[in-house]
Order: sequence, then structure tokens, then C-alpha cells
Amino acid sequence: MAVRLLSRLVLPEIRGTVYSSSAAAPATLSDFDVQHKTPVIRKQQSIPKAQYGGRHAVSMLPGGGIGPECMSYVRDIFNYIGAPVDFEVVDIDPNVDNDDDVQYAITTIKRNGVGIKGNIETKSEAAYVTSRNVALRNELDMYAYVLNCKSYPGVSTRHKDIDIVIIRQNTEGEYAMLEHESVRGVIESMKVVTASNSERVARFAFEYAKRNGRKKVTTVHKANIMKISDGLFLETSRRLAKEYPDIEHNDMIIDNCCMQLVARPHQFDVMLMTNLYGSIVSNVVCGILGGAGLLSGRNYGDNYAVFEPGTRNTGTAIAGKNIANPIAMINASVDMLEHLGHRYHADLLRNAVNRTINVDRILTSDCGGTASSTDVVNAIKENANLIANKLHLG
Amino acid sequence: MSLLSRNIFRALVQGSQHVSKGVHTTAVNNDKNQTKEGRIKCTLIPGDGVGPELVYSVQEVFKAANIPVQFESFFFSEVNPTLSAPLEDVVNSITRNKICIKGILATPDFSHTGELQTLNMKLRNALDLYANVVHVKSLPNVKCRHNDVDCIIIREQTEGEYSALEHESVPGVVECLKIITAAKSERIAKFAFDYAVKMGRKKVTAVHKANIMKLGDGLFLRSCEEIAKLYPRIQFEKMIVDNCTMQMVSNPNQFDVMVTPNLYGNIVDNLASGLVGGAGVVAGASYSAECAVFEQGARHIFSGAVGKNIANPTAMLLCSANLLAHVNLHSYSKMIKNAINKVLKDGKVRTKDLGGQSTTLDFTHAVIHSLV
Amino acid sequence: MAARLIRKIVPAAKTGASQYSTGVRKVTLIPGHGIGPEITVAVQKIFEAAKVPIEWDEVDVTAVRGPDGKFGIPQKAIDSVNANKIGLKGPLMTPVGKGYRSLNLALRKEFDLYANVRPCKSLDGIKTLYDNVDVVTIRENTEGEYSGIEHEIVDGVVQSIKLITEEASKRVAEFAFQFARDNKRKKVTAVHKANIMRMSDGLFLRCCRDLATKYPDIKFEERYLDTVCLNMVQDPSKFDVLVMPNLYGDIMSDMCSGLVGGLGLTPSGNIGKNGALFESVHGTAPDIAGKDMANPTALLLSSIMMLRHMQLNEHADRVQNACYEVLREGKALTGDLGGTAKCSEYTNAIISKLN
Repeated sequence: MAVRLLSRLVLPEIRGTVYSSSAAAPATLSDFDVQHKTPVIRKQQSIPKAQYGGRHAVSMLPGGGIGPECMSYVRDIFNYIGAPVDFEVVDIDPNVDNDDDVQYAITTIKRNGVGIKGNIETKSEAAYVTSRNVALRNELDMYAYVLNCKSYPGVSTRHKDIDIVIIRQNTEGEYAMLEHESVRGVIESMKVVTASNSERVARFAFEYAKRNGRKKVTTVHKANIMKISDGLFLETSRRLAKEYPDIEHNDMIIDNCCMQLVARPHQFDVMLMTNLYGSIVSNVVCGILGGAGLLSGRNYGDNYAVFEPGTRNTGTAIAGKNIANPIAMINASVDMLEHLGHRYHADLLRNAVNRTINVDRILTSDCGGTASSTDVVNAIKENANLIANKLHLG
Repeated sequence: MSLLSRNIFRALVQGSQHVSKGVHTTAVNNDKNQTKEGRIKCTLIPGDGVGPELVYSVQEVFKAANIPVQFESFFFSEVNPTLSAPLEDVVNSITRNKICIKGILATPDFSHTGELQTLNMKLRNALDLYANVVHVKSLPNVKCRHNDVDCIIIREQTEGEYSALEHESVPGVVECLKIITAAKSERIAKFAFDYAVKMGRKKVTAVHKANIMKLGDGLFLRSCEEIAKLYPRIQFEKMIVDNCTMQMVSNPNQFDVMVTPNLYGNIVDNLASGLVGGAGVVAGASYSAECAVFEQGARHIFSGAVGKNIANPTAMLLCSANLLAHVNLHSYSKMIKNAINKVLKDGKVRTKDLGGQSTTLDFTHAVIHSLV
Repeated sequence: MAARLIRKIVPAAKTGASQYSTGVRKVTLIPGHGIGPEITVAVQKIFEAAKVPIEWDEVDVTAVRGPDGKFGIPQKAIDSVNANKIGLKGPLMTPVGKGYRSLNLALRKEFDLYANVRPCKSLDGIKTLYDNVDVVTIRENTEGEYSGIEHEIVDGVVQSIKLITEEASKRVAEFAFQFARDNKRKKVTAVHKANIMRMSDGLFLRCCRDLATKYPDIKFEERYLDTVCLNMVQDPSKFDVLVMPNLYGDIMSDMCSGLVGGLGLTPSGNIGKNGALFESVHGTAPDIAGKDMANPTALLLSSIMMLRHMQLNEHADRVQNACYEVLREGKALTGDLGGTAKCSEYTNAIISKLN
């Protein structure tokens, strides 16, 4: 009899695998429509993770522009350092109007649990085709976006030693994609803020700060104008701040925040904000630190994680010229290795990257260097080799 | 009843752990299964029967090719319990090294202590090695009735008929429980599909007997169907196990990847191995989330061949090549595979099971000479 | 729940075959569905031409609703088999849907057909990759994995019970050895997995060992199921008579059929204490039913098995030789064997060889 009871207890966990249909929506709506017309937290099914014999399967979405070349560098380096990861490459055709490829890509991330992606182009201008990057984030319910902004001493910038973490709500807010022309010539775009999503991302931010030994969380908002929506976001973060007395909490209005960032960036530690502000702030910080090619971002949901270069630009103009900066994508892959628990390989690669930038100063033109993409990659490989040997000897 | 419930509970917990283990609970993984010289450590279990001879062959080849792998050898045996290393030591070693190469363990029909679990099963359960993969592929110049067989058989090996839950309810009446759980069925189905994706395969066939065992195998089948929905670009098929064996012997080329519960997998593995040249040429591997154990695809100890230096080391060498590929030593892996293929193609050195007269040692040396 | 099953298993009786002497005997004939009627007619014609002293008692087993509201075999069919103790049956189709029990299963239960015998022999003229197959699989038919006891303990966890009893194991083992002796076979191999299922398969194995001592003239060996699979596809001539529990038998018998050319060429017999039922195990093939294209070989070979079971060996030999010769010549083969002949042409070819 005791078994019965015990099994009951473990039951809910097992039943996590129940495949419930994603939402109680009318059957006529496609999953995609459901997503965009019902901006609530998506029910996510948990699927056994793709980790076999210590090796992980990871979805790789090269995307457009410089994505494919950067991905090939990542694969090259992974092969070289022997990282136990198998990539499942999914190409998305940017010219097709339907969502088959995107849906398939989403399915593969659901299966593998983890993905690495470049920026995916959405060429179609048709109103019903939503941005694929947004679709991916929404469909996988990756509500938190984390951008770790840390200066590289080897890249000359105005501000030194910046260390900011930007945490951004990733699935709602201004990016709800609910727009309509109510009267001719008048377009309404809806901004959606929900208590549940705000709480999730705020808790994520405070937990992140606590676990990583951060001191302060700054909530960025525009609650003086958008009193109810941003007000809710602010209120939620204030409420949660009380649960973390060790962490200092303040708030700042977005316009002031941007000014402070370029003037006195060192005052910031962890920053928490809604979707659009996050997009603005992260680009500002990237600029301060030396361009789009260095930083990597992380998208987290309850079940999935996707890693990508920090600034979401495809870089179509420089594609194929061997001048793109591969560091951002490589940093994304380091984040991924860390997330998967492959500490050894993550540390190895991170140190190799740091050494290449800070000691050897092998940089692409966007950071003031003269090296080509492949030069950088080769330098990283050499450094990885050096460091690995040192580890084994020391 | 209490024994039974404990075991079922154990099965449940094991299954649930895996499902609930989200990616954020980043397991502390130390990847430092490397020694100071940059050599990779690998647990080695020679096994019973001809196992030690075959393992010796692998070690010779590794030595000759100067492969940076260091073996941590354990004598592990059920038929020789007094000499056997304790289970915990072996498990700890494999958990630490994450890779293991293993000869075949003999399993006696009865246990002196009345224990129902075999040592093999204990090892599998302790490491949660739930997926067994056997890649059955026709080898060059190995004469068989069927050509171009190339299928991958994936077998759940921690539950099902091998639950070791048996009892004699009334004298002369034995009940043996077969346990199928949704969690483990989904896990193996996912494994099979992921493996198919990784290997670029097109089709996955679920082997079952759900027409008779409607609940048990039915659950397995349903789990496979559910997982199949996540793989729109891979074809999914179902086949009843008896029909499957019949199709296998008459037209094996129709199969691609097969996913089976425990016992059926055992049958299909051996059947398919028989089609391409026997137990001596088919490599296999068992996977848990964390570790991989490489062993022969069809597990036979060839007690008749012990000490005669006639066993075929091909399977074991292929295992070792797969192991090298698993730890990213692709060039070494290719080197060994090419050498084996070359020796087989030349056809001058053949062991007895392939119609030749050469010894295990001859074959090993031939492979070593073909290393490029 | 085990007790319920045990009660059903009464001590094994010897098969009813020996009680017959000479004279015309009645045999229940169940034509079945789909191509069943055509192929039974073919067999009837051949038997008539061969002057086999058999009187057919044709019954229909299409499911009828019984007094309990469930669909089942008509009482008339049951009575007929009970009276005649022997039957020949074509393929049956079980309608899909609730309330229908598999008719094959129902027949098996009704007459307690505890052993399934399938001889698989390479036939001259049928090209397969294996040419030296001559094995007989004997399968325990009433218990084991197919006990039908399954339940979902908690959500998502199903347990099926494999039941092995001493009675049933002994009964099938005895049958296997007796069969080997009667048919002048040399060896009986017990197929098991007692290294894993130490108690249940262990019990089965023990019963086989016990019986083996009573038949010293027959060689006895024990093999693991996986080893048998491996060796069977490499060299089938290593095996003679195989005896095994239910599931293994199901798998092995189909696999052996695959070795010799499929279910369309494999006869099958079910032996029970209340009688014996011989059948063809292929499907009803509704797509070619009524088109005179079906291959009656499996049923014919089954009927030959039946003749031997009734100890009408002379007639059996005659029909068998005729059948083998037609297959060997390969002139009048049906479509499934790569020929162009119709079922009736094939039948006539056999009849013409009878004399």
C-alpha cells in the first residue's frame, strides 16, 4: 500500500511528460496563431533530454548573413578541442513564406533542449509572417534573455572594466505583435505586460544575482508615462526585491538609463527590463564595449535554452568576406558548453578566447584589428592547445 | 509484494529523475577524465570466456597505434565471484571515466545466492545504461546470404522482461513480471529518434507485440508514436515482433533504425548479427545519459573457444574504434576501421568463424600491419 | 489470479490420435474467411482424388453473439470439434472492435490446444537464401507471456505477468519428445532465457530436462534464445526440434517460416488434450479473395500433417509427394511464388501427379 502512496508522490513528475495540446484554443487556429493571439504563458511539455553517453545533441540554426560561416568556425573549434557535443544543423530558408522550416527548427530545439543560433532573416514583408526570431522565442517560451557584458582589455574602448548583466523579458511587452488599423490611418500596437511573466523574469534576475554573487539589480522602465503596464513590471520587481534583502534594488527610467550608461556605466550591475528597452540597452552596451561582434546572449525558458550572438544583426553585408568577427558566436558556444555542464571545455575555450583578444590582440577590423576571421579562429585553436597542454603538465 | 513494490518504485524513481531533470540543474560534470599526460582514461572489463583474449587484441592495437588512451582494468565476473572486483568500484570507475570497453560477462542460469538479477543487469541498472545500440552492417568480403544489410537496433535494457521480478506463487507456478513504463519507453524512443537524426537515417521501426500484450507493449508503442510526432522528417513504422523476425531473415534491407523493448531487442540483435557474419563481427554500445559502455553487439562468451586463440576480434576492435570516435579521436578511429576493412578485404587473414584458419593473434597483427 | 489459471490446467492427457483405427473418419472443416473457402476447396479436391478416407464436417465459425452478450464461436462448431477430435481450418479474420475476442484465441482456449507445431522445411523449387532448413518449432500455447494478465499499477507503469507452470511446461516438453520420437527426429533443443529469467524460464528448462531423461534415444540440448536466433540464420541445419515457451515460439516459428519462404508455405498444427486443429497461419488476404489466385500450399501441408497425426501415413506420403513434385517442377506455381497459375490450375497439377 505504501507503494501506492509513494508512487503518487513521484507521479506528478512523471506525468510531466503528458502531451497536452498546447492550449485550449479553437481547433481552427494553428499553433502559431494560438501563440500570437493568446499571450499567456505557454504550457511546455518536458521531453527527455538529448544527452547520451556524456555527449549532448544540440540544435544549430546558422541563420542568415554571417551565421553559417561563424557556425562552421564553432564546429571546427569544437572538433579541435573535442567538446562532447553533436550538432543537428537546421537550415531555414529566409525566402519562403510558410513556417515549415521554423516549426521544424522549434521542434528540434524542443527535442534537444538546447540550441545555438545565428540571426534568422525574415525576408517576407507579409503581415502574417512574423519575425522568426520572435516566433522561436515565443514558441519555446524563453522568457528571459541574459546578456553578459564584460570588457575585454584587449579591445580599446572609452570605458574600461565594465561588467554588466542585462536581463530582458523576452516574450511579451512591445513585441506582442498585436497591431491593427482601427480606423483608416490610425494604427494601434498593443504592448502586453502580464503579472505572471513579469514575476518570472524578475525572479530569474534576482536568482541570477544571488547565484552569481552580484550586488545590485536595477529595473529599467518608463512607468512615469506607461503607468499601468510598466507600472506593473516595476511593482512586481519591487515586490520580489523584498524577498532578496541581500541584493540592492533600484529603478531607473529608460531615457535616463541610456544616458547614465554612456556616461557612468560602472554604476550598473544586473539590469532588468522589458522587451523593447532590453533591445535598446543591450545594443548601447555592446557599442560601449567595442561593437557587435564580441558579446553573446542567452535565452532561457523553463525547459529550453538557446544561445546566440549578443546583438541580433545578420551582418549580410560582410558575409562571405572572411572579415566577420567570430568571437560573438564562439562566446555563445562557450555559454552553451557551460550550460550543458562541460566545464572543462568551456573554461578551456573561454581562456583561449581571452588570451587571443587580450594577450595576442588578434582582432578583426570591427575591433580595430587587421586579422581575418580565420586568423582569429586559428589563433584561438592554438591558444586552446597551449592552455590544454599547460593544464596537463601543471 | 514488498520486494515487488520496492523494485517498481525504484524503476519509477529512475525514470522520473530523468524526465524531471531540467537543463537548468546543470549537473556538476567534471570532464577531467584525462590524465596528466593528456591521455584519456577508459575503464576496461575483460569479461569471461574469450573476452580477455579479445581485449588483449584491442590493447595491442592501441599500443601499436600509439593511441592516447589509458586503460583502467577490472576483473569483473559473475561466474567467478571470489575474484571479481566489487560492483561499486567498477561503477565508480565508469562514472569517473565516462567510457568503458567491456568483454562479455557470462551469466549462469542460476545464482548460488538465489539472486534474480544478473551482474550484467546490476551494472546496467547501477549506471542506468538504458539504451543498447547495435549497428549491424555487412562487412567487406565476409560472405553471408544477405548483402548490404545496414540497420541500427536500439534496445531498452533496464526494464521489460528483464525486471528480475519473479516469484513462485504456488509450487509449480512461476510468475515473471514484465514492467513497461511510459517514462522509460519515451526515453528510449527519444534516444532512437535522436540517434536516427544524428546518423542521418530516414526511418524508425518500433518492434512490439501490442496485439497480444495490449497494455504493456501498447504503452511502449504509444510512447513511440508520441515521440515520433516530434520528428516530422523521419518516417515511423510499427512492426509486430514475429513478423519482424520473418522480414529480417527474408528481406533485411528494408530496415533502417529499429527501436525495441528489452527482450525483443535481444532477439533482433542476435538475429541481425547472424545475418552479417555472427557475433564476432558486430559491435555494440550501451548508453546512459552520462556514460557509454562499448561491448560486442551479440553477447556470446564462446566458452568453447577459450584459450584456443581462434576467436574473431573484429567486433571488439570495431567497438574500440567507436569508442575513439565517441571521445573525439576521430582520426585514430578511422585508422583502426580502415585497417580492419583492409584486412577483411584482402581476405588472407581470416579467423575460423569466417571460414579461415588464422588465429586471433594473426588477425590482430594483420590489423596492426595495416595501420596507416 | 494465478489460481484461476491453475485451476484450468488439468493434467495433460495423451493426444487423441491413437484411439483411431481404420475406416472413414469425420474431420471438422472450418473454411474460414477471405481466401479460406477457395483453398479449402482445393484441399478437398486433392483429398478426394487421393481417396483419403475422410468425411468432412463443414462448420462456420463466424462469430455469433452468445448468451452472455459477447461474440464467440457458435456452439455447433464447438460440438463438431469435440465429437471429431480433429479439425482443419483456414484463415480467420477477427473483426476489429470492442467485444470481439480473437477467434483464433477463442478456439485455442476452447479446445485447450496447448502445443503449436510448425515444421519448416526447405522445399525444392522454392528459391530462398537458405536451402537446408528442416526444423520443427513446438511452442507452448496457453500461458507464458500471453497469459493476458496485465494491469497499469500507476499511471504510465504497466506490468504484464508471464506465467510459467510446471504442468504446462511438462506437457509441452513431453509432447515435443514424443513428437521427435514419432517422427524419427534426432534432437530436441529447449530454447530459453533462463540466464535472465532465472525462475520462470528456469522452471521451463527444468521440466524439459526431466522429460529428457525419459527419452534417452532423443538427444537433448539447451540453448539461449539469442544464441538460437544467431545460429539459426547462420546455419539452420544445426537445429532439429525446438521446444519453447509461448512468446519465443511465436517469434521463432515466424522467423523459421521466413527462412523457407514465408507463411504461405508453412503448415501448422495445434495439439490439445481435447483434439487437434490444423491450420494455415497466413492471413485472409481479402484483396485476392474469390479471384482464384490464392496459394493453398500452407493449408495442404497442414492437412498432410493432419493425416500423419491420424496415422494415415500412406495417404499423407502420396499427397505430399505430389505437392512437392509440382513445386519442384515449378510449372504451375501461383502468383506469390512467382508463377502465373491459378489456384485451380495448381490444384489440378497436384491431382494429376497423384497417380
